Amino acid sequence: MNPDLAQLLQLTLNGVAIGAIYALVALGLVLTYKATEVLNFAHGDVLMASSFVGWGLIVGLGWPFWLATLTTVLLAAAFSWLLDARIMRLIVGQPQFAGVMLTIAIAFMLRGLVSMSFGPDSRTYPTPWTGQKTQIGTLVVNDLSLAIVGMALLITLVLFWFLKKTALGTSIQAASQNQLAAYLSGIRVKRVTSMVWAISGAIAAVCGLLLAPIALVDIGLWIVVLKALAALVLGGFGSVPGAILGGLLLGVIEQFSGVYLPDGFKDAMAYIVLIGVLILWPRGLLGEAHGRRV
Amino acid sequence: MRFAYDTSYRDGHALLRYLPGRLAYSLLMVALLIAPWVMPKYVVGELSYVFIMCIVSLGLMVLVGYTGQVSLGHSAFIAIGAYTHTWLLAHGVPLVPSMLLAAAFTGLIGLIIGLPAIRVSGLYLAMVTLAFAILTEHVIGRWKSVTGGFNGVSVNSPQLFGLDLSKLQSFYYLCLVVLVLVLLGLLNLMRAKTGRAFMGVRDSEAAAYGLGIWVAGYKVLAFVVSASITGLGGALLAHHVGFLTPEGFGLILSLELVLMVTIGGLGSLRGAILGAILISMLPTFISRIKPLLPDHIAKQFGLEIFVFGLVLALFVLFEPKGLNGRWIKFKTFLETFPLYRQDMFKRGKSYMKSERYK
Repeated sequence: MNPDLAQLLQLTLNGVAIGAIYALVALGLVLTYKATEVLNFAHGDVLMASSFVGWGLIVGLGWPFWLATLTTVLLAAAFSWLLDARIMRLIVGQPQFAGVMLTIAIAFMLRGLVSMSFGPDSRTYPTPWTGQKTQIGTLVVNDLSLAIVGMALLITLVLFWFLKKTALGTSIQAASQNQLAAYLSGIRVKRVTSMVWAISGAIAAVCGLLLAPIALVDIGLWIVVLKALAALVLGGFGSVPGAILGGLLLGVIEQFSGVYLPDGFKDAMAYIVLIGVLILWPRGLLGEAHGRRV
Repeated sequence: MRFAYDTSYRDGHALLRYLPGRLAYSLLMVALLIAPWVMPKYVVGELSYVFIMCIVSLGLMVLVGYTGQVSLGHSAFIAIGAYTHTWLLAHGVPLVPSMLLAAAFTGLIGLIIGLPAIRVSGLYLAMVTLAFAILTEHVIGRWKSVTGGFNGVSVNSPQLFGLDLSKLQSFYYLCLVVLVLVLLGLLNLMRAKTGRAFMGVRDSEAAAYGLGIWVAGYKVLAFVVSASITGLGGALLAHHVGFLTPEGFGLILSLELVLMVTIGGLGSLRGAILGAILISMLPTFISRIKPLLPDHIAKQFGLEIFVFGLVLALFVLFEPKGLNGRWIKFKTFLETFPLYRQDMFKRGKSYMKSERYK
């Protein structure tokens, strides 16, 4: 195969693997945004905290990987449920700014708690795929990347099936579109909303557990939420398919700018994309046209 | 209760209308003037830092509190002000012109960042400014010839008419003078046509537009005013720090600034100052109480950020009007004693403007 083409394919593949993580994080953000119109800045810290909890269970207590994953995901879901039911509900109806500030406050507290209980050092833990590689044609792929893409695909498919085909999923959609109408049709809006937060928390935990083996378990992991914001904006804010498309695209864009653009652009690319898209094309790829209401 | 008995038109325009207020503020001013001579040295340094943070917080308040545009990227404006000032000083520009030029240049950058504010608002604007702050940090790290990159750059000591202002006490007075000038300027700006227009844009863009206010222009103007005041604060901060590195102007600084205006109480200059005092004193306070805590908690780094989050969460949940709101309640309690009622400041129902289709 042509070496240039091979490099192109390899970069795309790496980009898709990272992009799958961005897409999942963005998916978690957009779910809670659609349900409560709160942009959850604490999402990245739930992700970071679950990677620490996962490390504690796998390395600290010596649990098997799958059991630890399951426990962490359930813990994160329970935490997010309580977050919505006990805290976020107190500011329903207040301006959007209050939601932003409250989630930032929760993010700070989570970061402080994790830092106080685990210490600031970076660490890592073994997964069933660590260090193994698979050969596809001339391309060499880490099994970990394959596992990430597979997991992202699985979660997305299950979520779509859940939202489209089950009664509970339909009621979630209904509550996100119009809470009053949903309430009048007999949907328990509060419980459904908390459930959306729990799903979002569970997705964050999965992302944290998948991202940590690549990027180290570190307090700085929360920064991925900013990349996910860029992905959301690129895909069209408030659109679930847009979040996934935007995440994948952003991952690929980052990989390519790391190779073909001057040094330093790779880290900054997500933010350049965010600003550029918002100014030039606020709808994004798949966004709905927003009519502003008076 | 108090009734106004004005005897001339000018009485109505006075910033402080009544004797108790005038007395209280004169006492405060005298106390601040003699503070450097009676306080220990580290308190004087700490107070200068508090003044600088007050200036920056006032700058952000114009934007967030009065015009309703959320910016999560004001650390970038501080950084631009600080680096411009340092660069100008190093090239032989005297102190005062250099500070003014730094403020003007930051205002220019604010103009460029303000232009998107015409197209995007609310959450989207918050994201644009957040991304701008991160990009600025990257640029400062890379642009080695001007900023010294990650190695940092040292700041020349401030000289005014041959006087060295780098000593703690003289620097304290410099900060105090700038703070008082900025505060007086803003007090007057906010009760003039411009300030009223800002508030109109904040409360209802459509209504402001209907009253003939140039909404887009005032939004950008708010950005320019806010950025240049923040840049001025940044120039002073450069002297306080003495050595600039990109890490000093990270995302956390931006968030701290937003914390100040939120905790102080949006839409009041007094709130900006109270919030700045509380937030910039908090780390010192925490390091004081650390010895009282159990060892394994006190040793870790996370305590500070945890307390920041806790304070912010409590304010958002239980006192959305911030320290200023608390102060007004307390004042009303004293003024109307014993007639104060629990429900006097009960929050009316306010509903979020939804972006959904109904």
